[in-house]
Amino acid sequence: MKLSSLQLDALREIGNVGAGNAATALSQIINNKIDMTVPEVSILPLGEVPEVVGGPDAMVAGVYLRVFGPAPGSILFLLPRESAFYLVDMLMGRKQGETQLLNSMDESALMEIGNILAGAYLNALSYFTKLTLLPSIPALAIDMAGAILSVILIQLGQVGDHALVIETEFTTDNDGVKGHFFLIPDPGSLSTILAAIGVKE
Amino acid sequence: MAELIKVGMADYKVGRNPASLISYGLGSCVGIAMFDSVAKVGGLAHIMLPDSTQARSADNVAKFADTALPAMLNEIIKLGAVKSRITAKIAGGAQMFTFTNTTDIMRVGERNAEAVRLVLKKLEVRLLAEDTGGNYGRTVELKLDTGIFRVKTIDKGEKEL
Repeated sequence: MKLSSLQLDALREIGNVGAGNAATALSQIINNKIDMTVPEVSILPLGEVPEVVGGPDAMVAGVYLRVFGPAPGSILFLLPRESAFYLVDMLMGRKQGETQLLNSMDESALMEIGNILAGAYLNALSYFTKLTLLPSIPALAIDMAGAILSVILIQLGQVGDHALVIETEFTTDNDGVKGHFFLIPDPGSLSTILAAIGVKE
Repeated sequence: MAELIKVGMADYKVGRNPASLISYGLGSCVGIAMFDSVAKVGGLAHIMLPDSTQARSADNVAKFADTALPAMLNEIIKLGAVKSRITAKIAGGAQMFTFTNTTDIMRVGERNAEAVRLVLKKLEVRLLAEDTGGNYGRTVELKLDTGIFRVKTIDKGEKEL
């Protein structure tokens, strides 16, 4: 798998607008300013993907959604466990540090956040590509990063040894919440997306 | 301090006493420990998929149950183990996310564990213990001084197989 610099730029721009949309949505929900990095578009050996979020044994919360449509893929919103707890504090109107365990209401709230962010992201992607892309219902797990990522990596492992990862890191103004937003297209989807935005060789 | 050898996803490593082999954050993947208690040598594999014949890319033998286990077994024997003394312990094969319409790809953890059992049987390696299934991740460590296989989780405790 090799991409030209034009293709990388195009994917980075999609990631930028998509994550920008998502960050704006999150910022409005928690009423807090959010900074985000320029998206990293990288092709990584499967085993190295967990390093992006601090290694396979980092404790994280992950909201996972499948993308349906002509360019299927996976969306994963990963945040360190403490960040997830703090985000729940904000959503539920609790004091910072109060949430130590998630009840089912807290879990729904996190999944709903994943849902909104994925929707905002996919809107941008659909706008650029003119492809109709729809998210599945979200699923949540709080566990080791390697274990959560394995769900996506196994699907990619059936056809190759590398993953195309479009990743954005964002931070709230007061550094309370950090997270990573991943878009990982299924193997066949990359060429569909590149063709749709007119940068296919 | 004994050496700690890390085994990444879709990889396997072998070693001898007093080293330990460790693999972090197994989800639907399965960790397979093989050990000869007399020679005190062994190996740890971290497989992702059950079957190399079903995959479009099978360059990396360590990725699949059916190719990783025979390859690792051979390397352990090269280190001085005797085939008939080698035993196995396995962990992992979880289903991390639950969707209402569980498709085949979601059940890959279960299929991985099943494939591993089958391959071990074919290789005539006795399976001594296992900790598979569930919906949580595991970190596994094989201690090559004792053959103890330690399984750590985030909130389901820690056990020794």
